[in-house]
Amino acid sequence: MTIRPAAPPRTEGLRRFVRAYLRMPTGIAGLVVLIAFVGLALSAPLFIGANDLDVTKVNGPTLAAPSAHYPLGTDQPGRSVLLLVIWGSRTSLAIGVVATVLTMVVGATIGMVAGHYGGLIGRGLMHLTDWFIALPGLPLAISLAAVLGQGATSITIAIAVTSWTGTARLVRAQTLAVEARPFVERARALGARNIQIMLRQVLPNVMPLILVSSTLTVAGAILSETTLTFLGLGDPTDVSWGSMLNQAFNQGAVTGGAWWYLIPPGVAIVIVVLGFTLTGRAVETILNPRMARKS
Amino acid sequence: MSAVDPVTVEAAGEVTSSDRRGREERSDFGTYLIGKIVSAAVSFLFTLIIGFTIFSIMPSDPVSALTRGRPTSAAQIAELKKQLGIGKPVWQRFFEFVHRTLTGDLGYSYQYHATVSSLIGSRIWPTLLLTGSSTVISIVIGLWLGIRSGWRHGSLLDRLSSGVSLTLWSVPTFWLGLILLVVFSVGFGPIPSIFPAGGMSSPDFGGGAAGHVVDVARHLVLPCLTLVLVVFAQYVTIMRSSIIDELGSPYLLTARAKGLRDDDVRRKHAVPNALLPTVTIIFLQIGGLVGGAITVETVYSWPGLGYLTYNALRIPDLQLLEGTFIIFSASIIVMNLLADLLYRFLDPRVRAT
Repeated sequence: MTIRPAAPPRTEGLRRFVRAYLRMPTGIAGLVVLIAFVGLALSAPLFIGANDLDVTKVNGPTLAAPSAHYPLGTDQPGRSVLLLVIWGSRTSLAIGVVATVLTMVVGATIGMVAGHYGGLIGRGLMHLTDWFIALPGLPLAISLAAVLGQGATSITIAIAVTSWTGTARLVRAQTLAVEARPFVERARALGARNIQIMLRQVLPNVMPLILVSSTLTVAGAILSETTLTFLGLGDPTDVSWGSMLNQAFNQGAVTGGAWWYLIPPGVAIVIVVLGFTLTGRAVETILNPRMARKS
Repeated sequence: MSAVDPVTVEAAGEVTSSDRRGREERSDFGTYLIGKIVSAAVSFLFTLIIGFTIFSIMPSDPVSALTRGRPTSAAQIAELKKQLGIGKPVWQRFFEFVHRTLTGDLGYSYQYHATVSSLIGSRIWPTLLLTGSSTVISIVIGLWLGIRSGWRHGSLLDRLSSGVSLTLWSVPTFWLGLILLVVFSVGFGPIPSIFPAGGMSSPDFGGGAAGHVVDVARHLVLPCLTLVLVVFAQYVTIMRSSIIDELGSPYLLTARAKGLRDDDVRRKHAVPNALLPTVTIIFLQIGGLVGGAITVETVYSWPGLGYLTYNALRIPDLQLLEGTFIIFSASIIVMNLLADLLYRFLDPRVRAT
């Protein structure tokens, strides 16, 4: 079975995709926001030292309003809120991305197996997905994270467990569509095994869809991460947007009217989530023009 | 989770004899009802399996996890061990768990010194008040905006409402709550403190029964507003897309050809048809809202199931968490069942003659 790499049409498709993407202002805005935030998060260790985040080593004023030296004010121990927000993006983005990868792997595997095998296995897996969809998302994530203990790992697992169902349904539908096409039948006739068909024929055709839906899943995962961390399920020593808001809520910044401690992490969350959503929607519109009418 | 199989809808329409149709529809509805109830029951059983796995199998030592951080006597531990069935085979423990849950025994909260079912029983009403009022307001706003922006999609109103919906979707619920709390309750800049910061009533408000109603309403405003802002955008999107789905339909052309005004075409012809899928989807979402109110109740210390969950989480009080998890799941399953039945009732093509 030799599949010759079809180089010219593939790059042509990519070029057409880029041209179409550049025509969408919302998509570009989303992408710019994402690149900016990812760049900031990756370069943060260059200008933020451990001393700036250690509550025992900082010497700023307690819960002070913005000033020249502290553009976004300080928190209770006297740390700069600006530096905290920048540092917090690392945790939130990392958990969002890892949870999404986990979600995609679980969802795509279950979706593909359900679509490929049909019959008892397929129906069983789809019933399982339906039952999972009926579970309450936030309470399930809270319960899981509470039993697994505070920390990034349990939050990641909790998010993956509550969000794989959408991907599974999507991938199953696409798998059914792909398997109806002649090249799959050809591969089967040539003696390809089930695993081969799934990995070599179906997966490459399902992949674009998985990538689009993962952009939108990251947005949801970041929202879940901040929510769970806000409720106190995160690692208490870690700086993240959710934990900042948790401390603002529990240590009196809210009743003290310390808006500079409250607004920046929230605005950061909104901007990043919007960035992922706009990017995902733009890609979705290009790949599936019928959606364009509705969005 | 499609509500009705389109094939059965068509089949029901093809029966010619009206007498036969009546009888078949009735027996058909019976089978449909039983089928839906059975699948809801299976779904609930699955919830119990998940709950049992999380709370009884995953913790390595359930007894110490349950009593963490509080003094317990040896007799209490022995009683708890017996109740949890430590040492018995897993399947036997599971059957006892199912039996206890179905008889309303959800365990005992050492944090509150009360049974979990009594705690849930007293906290469910504030939650229903909060989610109920915010759902009604969200539906009214969401449908109104959705109908108008879908009818003229691409217009200024449509682009405005789509933008607002997208932004509000990206806002974490708890953060929106905190901001509203700072602005309207603590008071910010020129805005004085208008609404109370938390709880459901103030003990010193006075004024008898009428005063109590006013007091609760005053406390309800901010949490309800937060939930409405987060939820109504989803309803706009759903209503908008189902109106757009109807736009090309021939019956709208007929209505226009009759010379009806645009408003009448929309109100009398497009909306009733577009409402059908919308109502079902909204019902499916209401069940999830009960559990989704956890963060709002936490921010405003609203004494409902969500705040109870938050307080259970901080200990963590696993039996209480398990109890609220089961209640939240049950509310979704019940709402899904109602959505299925409602669809059947609303759609004239499947309604019994």
